[in-house]
Amino acid sequence: MNVDAKKMHQIEIQEYQNLVDGIKPKPDILKNCIWAFLVGGMICGLAQLMVNYLLALGMSRIDAGSAVSCIMIFLAAFFTGIGIYDELGKRAGAGSIVPITGFANAIVASAMEYKREGYIFGVGARIFSVAGPTLVFGFAVAVLVGLIKVFLSS
Amino acid sequence: MPAYKKRGSQTVVFEDTPVITSWASIVGPKEGQGPWGGDFDQVLADYMFGEKTWEKAEKKMLQEAINLALNKRDLQVDDAELILAGDLLNQTVSANYAARELARPFLGLYGACSTMAETLLVGAMLVDGKFFNRLISATCSHHYAASRQYRFPTEQGTQPTPSTQWTATAAGAVVLEWAGVGPRVTSATIGQVVDLGQTDVADMGSAMAPAAAHTLKTHFEDLQRLPDYYDLIVTGDLARVGMAIAEQLFIRDGLVPRPNYSDCGVLLYDEKQDVDAGGCGCGCAAAMLCGPLLKKMLAGEINKLLLVATGALMSPTMSFQGESIPGIAHAVAIEN
Repeated sequence: MNVDAKKMHQIEIQEYQNLVDGIKPKPDILKNCIWAFLVGGMICGLAQLMVNYLLALGMSRIDAGSAVSCIMIFLAAFFTGIGIYDELGKRAGAGSIVPITGFANAIVASAMEYKREGYIFGVGARIFSVAGPTLVFGFAVAVLVGLIKVFLSS
Repeated sequence: MPAYKKRGSQTVVFEDTPVITSWASIVGPKEGQGPWGGDFDQVLADYMFGEKTWEKAEKKMLQEAINLALNKRDLQVDDAELILAGDLLNQTVSANYAARELARPFLGLYGACSTMAETLLVGAMLVDGKFFNRLISATCSHHYAASRQYRFPTEQGTQPTPSTQWTATAAGAVVLEWAGVGPRVTSATIGQVVDLGQTDVADMGSAMAPAAAHTLKTHFEDLQRLPDYYDLIVTGDLARVGMAIAEQLFIRDGLVPRPNYSDCGVLLYDEKQDVDAGGCGCGCAAAMLCGPLLKKMLAGEINKLLLVATGALMSPTMSFQGESIPGIAHAVAIEN
């Protein structure tokens, strides 16, 4: 393409983008936010109730936190398994993705999806296909923060 | 006598217009609950179709649709001289594996969701060119098989946008013959790949609309026809967002879209069926054609149909590498 044709194509693309922007419906942000707030809040509220209950039984705060994380992960895996969590995610968006239950959902959904390709090349190789980035960058940040702490305290 | 069947830049007209002597469609449960549920030959009770995986179910749908189309004419698989088929999955596995079972000469074609028109127009050329007397053009798609390949694991809780489309679980097959009774394929316009820089993988309609507009404009220019020549012009799977954009593009090109223009992606489902913008997938145009549309042609309710099947030539790999989504559209004129 010569320079003029390229320029014309750029203008065409820009004009088309303007047309698309004018027609394409925008997501209903207010409705989505309310759903996310309510569902995310309910998940966290449920976890907090469990923490309070375990604390009242005399468990330490750290142990109660770990136990409740495990329970929430189990519940998310369970509801993913019976096909309910994705229906919730359709409406709640970030409300069901951001809590630890969303992470569990991403891993269990991948495991279920790729089970048909076998346990090694299916489940084993692809279980973190969605959750992988969270783990990689989570580890990277943890190492960085750890290093900073070592330098600051030495 | 070079290329005397070609008109203008991209269109071919058929001399011994090939006849669509038989057709069949198989759809999934959701499509069966849609407004045209009663017009398909078979509605599946579940997405597995007695198989262990969605990919195998998709392959079986294609195979059964081809068998059904032949059986309706009291023909057997061996009577088909050639099978032209394609689908959405990597390496077009549904078509390849269905062809393995059918054991007939086979050409696999890929045009994303435009495959129905692509197989139909190539088939019509092969019949009109006197290479074959009887061949099959077919395609299929499966919602969950496409979902896991192009998007996310199916059980993952992701939020769709209003422009997201629902890949149809559907298969359609037609029997094309050089002689017989039925609607005839009279002309076809081979589309060119058009890409106006759309990158939203949750919006195939906007990516494909310019290709549809380009093919339609070319079709009418090449044949020096007006849009009202056709009783119905139907695009493949632009769905609500893409169709609204395409209508604006038609008006820009001097074509009057309404009232005889519609889109299979809009038609296939009821708005209440939770499909966001509408349907998509190879099966969308295929099932609408091989179900309600050809049925209406047989009944004489539609006499001149222009099917413009649209395909988003999207690849997750290329999208991740920052490329935009190319679109393509092929037009096939079917007349009584």
